[in-house]
Amino acid sequence: MTSASFPVISALDALTGALFLLTALGVVATRQVLASLQLFILQSLLLALSAVLLGIGLGSPHLLAVAAITIATKTLMIPWLLRHTVSAEVYRTREIERVLNIPSSLLISAVLIMVAYAVANPLLNAVDVPFAQVNLPLGIAAMFLGAFTIAVRREAVPQLLGLLAVENGVFFAGIAIVPNLPVIAELAAAVDVPVITLVIGLLTRQIHRRLGTTSVGRLAALREE
Amino acid sequence: MELAAILAVPALASGLSLSPLGRRFAALITLVAAAIVLGLAASVAIGVMRSGRLDALDQWLTCDALGALILLLVAFVGFTAAIFSWGYIGGRAEQQAKIQRYYCLYNLFLLSMLAVPLLANVALMWIAVELTTLLSAFLVGFEDTAEALEAAWKYVVLTTLGAVLALLGFLILYWGSRVAGLEPFTWVGLAEAAPHMPPALLWPAFLLILVGFGTKVGLVPMHTWLPDAHSQAPASICALLSGVETTTALYVILRLFPVVGSAPGLDARPWFIGFGLVSVGIATLLLIYVRDFKRMFAFSTVEHMGIILVAAGLGGAEAHIGAAYQITGHAIAKSFCFFAAGMTVMAAGTQEIAAVRGLIRSSPLSALALVAGGFAIAGAPPFAIFVSELVILKAGLTSGQYLAIALLAFFVVVAFCAVMFHVNRMAFGVPERDTPVKAAPLSCKVALALAAIPLIAIGLYVPGPLQELLNAAASAMGG
Repeated sequence: MTSASFPVISALDALTGALFLLTALGVVATRQVLASLQLFILQSLLLALSAVLLGIGLGSPHLLAVAAITIATKTLMIPWLLRHTVSAEVYRTREIERVLNIPSSLLISAVLIMVAYAVANPLLNAVDVPFAQVNLPLGIAAMFLGAFTIAVRREAVPQLLGLLAVENGVFFAGIAIVPNLPVIAELAAAVDVPVITLVIGLLTRQIHRRLGTTSVGRLAALREE
Repeated sequence: MELAAILAVPALASGLSLSPLGRRFAALITLVAAAIVLGLAASVAIGVMRSGRLDALDQWLTCDALGALILLLVAFVGFTAAIFSWGYIGGRAEQQAKIQRYYCLYNLFLLSMLAVPLLANVALMWIAVELTTLLSAFLVGFEDTAEALEAAWKYVVLTTLGAVLALLGFLILYWGSRVAGLEPFTWVGLAEAAPHMPPALLWPAFLLILVGFGTKVGLVPMHTWLPDAHSQAPASICALLSGVETTTALYVILRLFPVVGSAPGLDARPWFIGFGLVSVGIATLLLIYVRDFKRMFAFSTVEHMGIILVAAGLGGAEAHIGAAYQITGHAIAKSFCFFAAGMTVMAAGTQEIAAVRGLIRSSPLSALALVAGGFAIAGAPPFAIFVSELVILKAGLTSGQYLAIALLAFFVVVAFCAVMFHVNRMAFGVPERDTPVKAAPLSCKVALALAAIPLIAIGLYVPGPLQELLNAAASAMGG
């Protein structure tokens, strides 16, 4: 059984994957905190869409559950949690300073995407799974871009969104390689993401209240002399 | 039965900590819960020794010798740190609500660490490791200073990033075990599936988990958050973070060792030895230049984690017994050291090594504890870490890995000198000025005394049942 057995679904999944990667690039490049959040929500919707497509293609009800959990936690709960923990002022912040400018960031992102394909290739050669050809390399690429976002951002909320984008990347790859993960693991993962958001959101609020800034990248009191 | 109770007791205590009965009640209930957990953990360890493995709740919970060792250490440090918290936290915070929140999170943090060696399903175990970070984030930031919040931020972001990397590793492992045609996603199931897994899947999964959870263990170069978090958290939390939280993450990596080892054509040993030696080496260097005594103990944790990894990588029953013994010695000695550091902070009002001189005159008990703790973690006789390091070095020489052993021995000796140099300057030396010294609360002294019992005892004599447990834990590492 290969991806070729479902040409239409494969094509749709490839399209979803391309858009998924574009949103990851968008999170790297955007300067507005609110815009990063909207891109993240869009990315989560694309993850859910890919899960639905694969669920239909592979006849796996698990993936439909993954899609439902993704929509519930990442597109509804996370924005709600952030709005209630992080103050509106943080939301409106436009990031003036970045560690790296946007053209260089995008150039490095392009390299990271190529590295992701190189990393995924040996796995795909070893085992042929339907849809993994699309989902595994793109998922790994989104992971790399999320981690890169954390490295170049100084604001707290974009760093959190970078972290959640890494998580989205892992799940984008995961739905293709393990389409029938036990439901209990899916539920537990569903609890994990809101807890990450809640903890980091509350910590951001505390930092904002205590220090008057959420530019966590500039905190540097602790280092070796 | 005990396995489920171990998880239920702290869960109940965390809820009760928030009751309107106040902060004394929260402290008391936490202490009682920790004592019950310690008793249960001891009975689990005895049960495991008798039957090899315990299962509960329809096999959702399981415990073998390696799990029982980790469980026992977490429970022990959880108990002594709960006693230490009584006086220490009471003196550091005024508001009732803040203290109650501390105890609520303390119990949840303990619960997540106890769950790691007990959960049979590997995906659930990943969640438990991830929760150890998230539940302790506010404990690290408890002091609410700029430094503490910075430390908490780095801690959460970096270790969560590591855990998510490890998650991809676990998903690939599950993929591999399905390709191999074996279903249960447990450590036992994985060990059975490993020889049939495609190495192209097992190997990247191993590397992702090693780097991902290695971040949480504090392996160099992913260690940057560790000295910050372990120096800014309250001393009672440092004891848990440094003494056992790092070990629970390391436990997962050690579990992976026999899985990878049973696959044809794969060899994890060079990676263990490489990562371990780099961690020991860099930690040793940082120990020389360190200026803050809580950071010093944190770097010593990085060093110990590296030594355990090297011991696991050397292979063979003897090296693995050394690793199990080192895990035990580290948990006991490091929690003791952080209690001593907490008392020194209370007495001297600073964490700077240079600002503390002649502590033996102003606060003899803290000074004595610092020196004893320093000897214990640096690996001087008659403490356990001296014996475990000797066992590891000897095992390496017997198996002919001279270069690794020479480097390890060199780093260990330099680290020993660095730790003793700093500790001696603080304890002895001439005080620059007379600062008024506050007497340490009784509960802190009790915690220190309780932690000192195994500290002194197991270096001199390992009781029969503990030796059996260590041997069985070593064989679970694939030795």
